[in-house]
Amino acid sequence: MSTLNYVESPLKPEDAIHREVIPAGEGWMHRIEKGQTLRILDLEGNQAADTLFYNAADLSERYSAQDTIREQGAIYLTTGTVLRSNLGRPMLTITADTCGRHDTLGGACATESNMVRYALDKRFMHACRDTFLLQIARSGLPLTKRDLAHNINFFMNVPVTPDGGLCFADGVSEPGKYVEMRAEMDVWCLLSNCPQLNNPCNAYNPTPVEMLVWDASN
Amino acid sequence: MSLFAETLPGGAPWSMTIPRHRLIRLTALDAGANLTALLYNARQPLDRLNIPDTLKALHTAHLTRGHILMSDMGHALASIVEDSLGWHDPLGGHLTAAHVRAKYGAHSYQDYRNDWYRNAHDNFLVELQKHGLGLRDLVASVNFFSKVTANDDGALTFVENHAPAGATITLRTEMDILLILSNTPHPLAPAGEYPRARIHLEIDRAAPPAAEDFCRTFRPECGRTLALTERLYL
Repeated sequence: MSTLNYVESPLKPEDAIHREVIPAGEGWMHRIEKGQTLRILDLEGNQAADTLFYNAADLSERYSAQDTIREQGAIYLTTGTVLRSNLGRPMLTITADTCGRHDTLGGACATESNMVRYALDKRFMHACRDTFLLQIARSGLPLTKRDLAHNINFFMNVPVTPDGGLCFADGVSEPGKYVEMRAEMDVWCLLSNCPQLNNPCNAYNPTPVEMLVWDASN
Repeated sequence: MSLFAETLPGGAPWSMTIPRHRLIRLTALDAGANLTALLYNARQPLDRLNIPDTLKALHTAHLTRGHILMSDMGHALASIVEDSLGWHDPLGGHLTAAHVRAKYGAHSYQDYRNDWYRNAHDNFLVELQKHGLGLRDLVASVNFFSKVTANDDGALTFVENHAPAGATITLRTEMDILLILSNTPHPLAPAGEYPRARIHLEIDRAAPPAAEDFCRTFRPECGRTLALTERLYL
């Protein structure tokens, strides 16, 4: 394992303007204003928080995994990472991270990809993409399936080997680990708290996460 | 004698609807080629190339023979049936106008006519619009003929001189696909002269993948994605 970069935040949970616990298998869609800080807290450890962002002023501008990793020249997300849009612009900057490494190559689970990855009879197990679809359907925003691009998996560990392999390794997160990011534009955050029961990344036990938002004045 | 053949000059955009069970043979006529590609289900373009689903199903961060390019609906878009290189890049994404300005300088159409410096982002937007698609449909792409590695810390390295002249890769379509291509430099290629390697493209008929087909049996996931794709043609 390579070095992990741990950076703690000075923000206090009691100063947050919004706190909400999201159980596994459920979603969250929330507007984050420019300058506000979003923290995702892994309450019980090794959870995967599947996350997408959209420019609130123009929803066709959205988080782009390939633009983000290419422009920082590295595949893992951690403190200092600028989360970039499909137009190459900064959407958020990761400002604190007590986990040390987050994935953006593994994508979200879906009922269809579960059939490919595990077995055709896994079709009826709950999956992140269904949570995303329900959230955007309820949002009232003009978002559809075509807007569901490749997400971030906060707290998930998906190492790439120098010979081009992709591993699904044990999580590097623990109870109480968190990642924090400052919005560089007004964004919608779309979260699916992953319900996956087939993947060792969460020790086959999906658990809740807490979402906290602070105003810029903090 | 192929059904169709065309040579893409450096900088070219290209798109075509290609039926199921065709071979698409791509040959780099010059060294240093890079061909950025997007694939969609031609019948229902909401069903489109999904790089994360492809990589996690295959447990790979590069693409080569045996691998199947998969959609977000669990379908096989195209299988890689031949490959002289052993590594094609699914990580680096596509070249933008900002990259071109920074690395090669502005070469406008006004000043350079059809020798202007084109970028993959604008090429993709043009070709997507021809098929009723647009920016919202511009998803993560594949870079044929390029190699990008990651070290233990995740740092990316673009491997120079990866594809010699004559390098080839052959895809077999597993459904009717919309193939969108941009023959433009890899976004991590070093600055210098704007590369203009030509790509020769040939399309021919292919037999459907048999039970013992190399791609079908490459991993259990490959057999399952082909089985799901065959449900589209019941």
